[in-house]
Amino acid sequence: MVPLGYYLALSAILFACGVAGFLIKRNIITIFMSIELMLNAVNLSFVAFAAHWHVLSGQVFVFFVMVVAAAESAVGLAIIIAVFRTRATLDVDRVDLLKL
Amino acid sequence: MNSTFHLWLIPALPLAGAAINGLFGRSFPRKVVTALALFASGAAFAWAALCALRFAGLAEDAIPHIENYATWFRVGDFSVPFAFQFDQLSLVMILVVTGVGFLIHIYSAGYMAHEGGYYRYFSYLNLFMFFMLTLVLANNYLLMFVGWEGVGLASYLLIGFFFLRDSAASAGKKAFIVNRIGDFGFLIALFLMIQHFGTLTFTEVFDQVSQRPIETAGAGLLTAIGVLLMTGACGKSAQLPLYVWLPDAMEGPTPVSALIHAATMVTAGVYMVARSNPIFFRSPTALTVVAIVGTMTAFFAATIGITQTDIKRVLAYSTISQLGYMFVACGVAAFSAGIFHLMTHAFFKALLFLGAGSVIHALGGEQDMRQMGGLRKRIPWTFWTMTAATLAIAGIPGFSGFFSKDEILWNAYASPWGGHWIYWLMGFLTALMTSFYMFRLLFLTFAGKYRGTLSTNPKHTGGKHGHIHESPKIMTVPLAILAVLAVIGGYIGVPAALGGSNHFEHFLEPIFQAPPLPAGVVEHANHALELPLMACTTGAALLGLFLAWLLYVSSPQLPRRIADRAGSVYRLVLNKYYVDELYQAVLVNPLITGSTKLLWRGIDAGGIDGAIDGSARGAQELSDGVRHMQSGNLRSYAGWIAIGAAAVIIFMIVMGGK
Repeated sequence: MVPLGYYLALSAILFACGVAGFLIKRNIITIFMSIELMLNAVNLSFVAFAAHWHVLSGQVFVFFVMVVAAAESAVGLAIIIAVFRTRATLDVDRVDLLKL
Repeated sequence: MNSTFHLWLIPALPLAGAAINGLFGRSFPRKVVTALALFASGAAFAWAALCALRFAGLAEDAIPHIENYATWFRVGDFSVPFAFQFDQLSLVMILVVTGVGFLIHIYSAGYMAHEGGYYRYFSYLNLFMFFMLTLVLANNYLLMFVGWEGVGLASYLLIGFFFLRDSAASAGKKAFIVNRIGDFGFLIALFLMIQHFGTLTFTEVFDQVSQRPIETAGAGLLTAIGVLLMTGACGKSAQLPLYVWLPDAMEGPTPVSALIHAATMVTAGVYMVARSNPIFFRSPTALTVVAIVGTMTAFFAATIGITQTDIKRVLAYSTISQLGYMFVACGVAAFSAGIFHLMTHAFFKALLFLGAGSVIHALGGEQDMRQMGGLRKRIPWTFWTMTAATLAIAGIPGFSGFFSKDEILWNAYASPWGGHWIYWLMGFLTALMTSFYMFRLLFLTFAGKYRGTLSTNPKHTGGKHGHIHESPKIMTVPLAILAVLAVIGGYIGVPAALGGSNHFEHFLEPIFQAPPLPAGVVEHANHALELPLMACTTGAALLGLFLAWLLYVSSPQLPRRIADRAGSVYRLVLNKYYVDELYQAVLVNPLITGSTKLLWRGIDAGGIDGAIDGSARGAQELSDGVRHMQSGNLRSYAGWIAIGAAAVIIFMIVMGGK
């Protein structure tokens, strides 16, 4: 059996990749994907813990996260399409109309 | 017999005059302003005279007659009433103040006729009357202090009346500030009374004071109060070392000098000391302080008076010197003699100032006696009235000053309360100098030939004021009335040694009840000496007259030669002993330097402002740094969150999950 630490390490690496992508990239779609990456890193650690402690609630939580993530994707992608239509760009730094 | 006198009317009338003229007088014609002011002061005088008549009918146990109008304030057991006290002393004072004040109001209507700010002048003058009457009628020290400060305010306003002239404005400030030094002492005395007696009402304070023994051995509470009160009197009555404001106060209009700086306000210190006589009777030390200050001031100011050439300044130093006499009298517990001299001095010194004003008026503003002379024929009314006043102040027998001055000098020698031949000797020398400088003034002004330039230049000021002219009736009539008073005013106090009965002293006796003499003190006076001493002072007065005649009429080139011979001494006295310069160097300049360099630039600008500005700048710089964190860039926020989360994780790892 693969020890728990391995799962957690992978989860941390994935999460760090997500954070780094979120901070570094400018393309909205890449940022969106980075968010998904972070969510899934968390999901991985949830299921790993759930399997390790034999508790079901961790796995139930993962379903919740996936549902919320799916809804978020729907809304998010719709916003992205709307932004692209009006501003003809996907660069977040150029979508800063609310900034002072 | 319990009917009220409505004493409040006496100060209220001038107050109403001051208020109406001060608020609306700008739009009144001059005649209305004059009428209002004269009515206010005249009615106050009439009412005071009426009260005086009714006072004679009071039963002895009804004196002092106290009228309580309201409680001013109450703090615990300590309360101060709005109440007036009417007794022999305040009776004399209100008659002098309203009487002389009324005459000077009349005179002012003529003197100020061509000046700007006419309504302002009369408003201030009435205001002064109000405060002065409050001062002398008050039945407690605090109300007296209100009047005391009020007359100081009126004095400040009137000295600086010609405020466009820089010297007048600064003279006003000087008078006000120097008086503050004295008031400091007065206030501390009041605090001591509150602490130890729990009241400031005259009758209650004096009741408690009279329970105490005479402080013969060293100093005690009463000595402290007495000396502090004397400090206040020194400021108001221009005694050493606080006399410096009075000569400068001559910047004010001349009638003001007559009313405030000769006849009434400056005598408030004498009145206050006389009013506090139960305190002074019980403290020989305080009495000695008063006597020494008075003697030194009288002598010192008289020497300066000899050399001055400005007619008003001679009179100013003369006033200081005469006030010194009054303090000598108070200092040997001859309070009634002091008040007697206060009254006669009010007559003849007001007359002298008004006469000087008339001379200045005649010469179109000239005050230097070297530019006068030979005015006897041109302004006869002024000449004769001023002669009467000069004879009175010099102490020529038969005139009022003779009786009051003699009373003081006799008591200075003979009083069992610290009388000493030194006081008499100094007073004698001062009398000699007084006679000399007063006749010098008279001769320089009226005798000989005219030395000025006015008559040869008729267009000097244009119009009818271009030549020397006698003042109008409205000015000469008050002069004549005052001249009569200056001549006969002394006859109410003819001493027993001259076959009189000294009415004045007997009248005031109930106010100045002496406690039994302390053990070991005996009456050392030899009454056989009274007449010889009187002859001595008369001789001094005549000698002064003769010297002045010799120097300024007979051989007018002699003073120059004497001045040259005396050299440095003459210059020292001419420059008023450099006291102003000394005060400037020792007190004023260090204060200004200290305030500018240390208090302003150092503590205020450097310390206080520095601390406030520094903290403001620090906050600004800090927020300026923090501001950059909030760029509005969403990803940078996310970066901060990531860094924060990382910091938390690192923290937990390092702490080992404890």
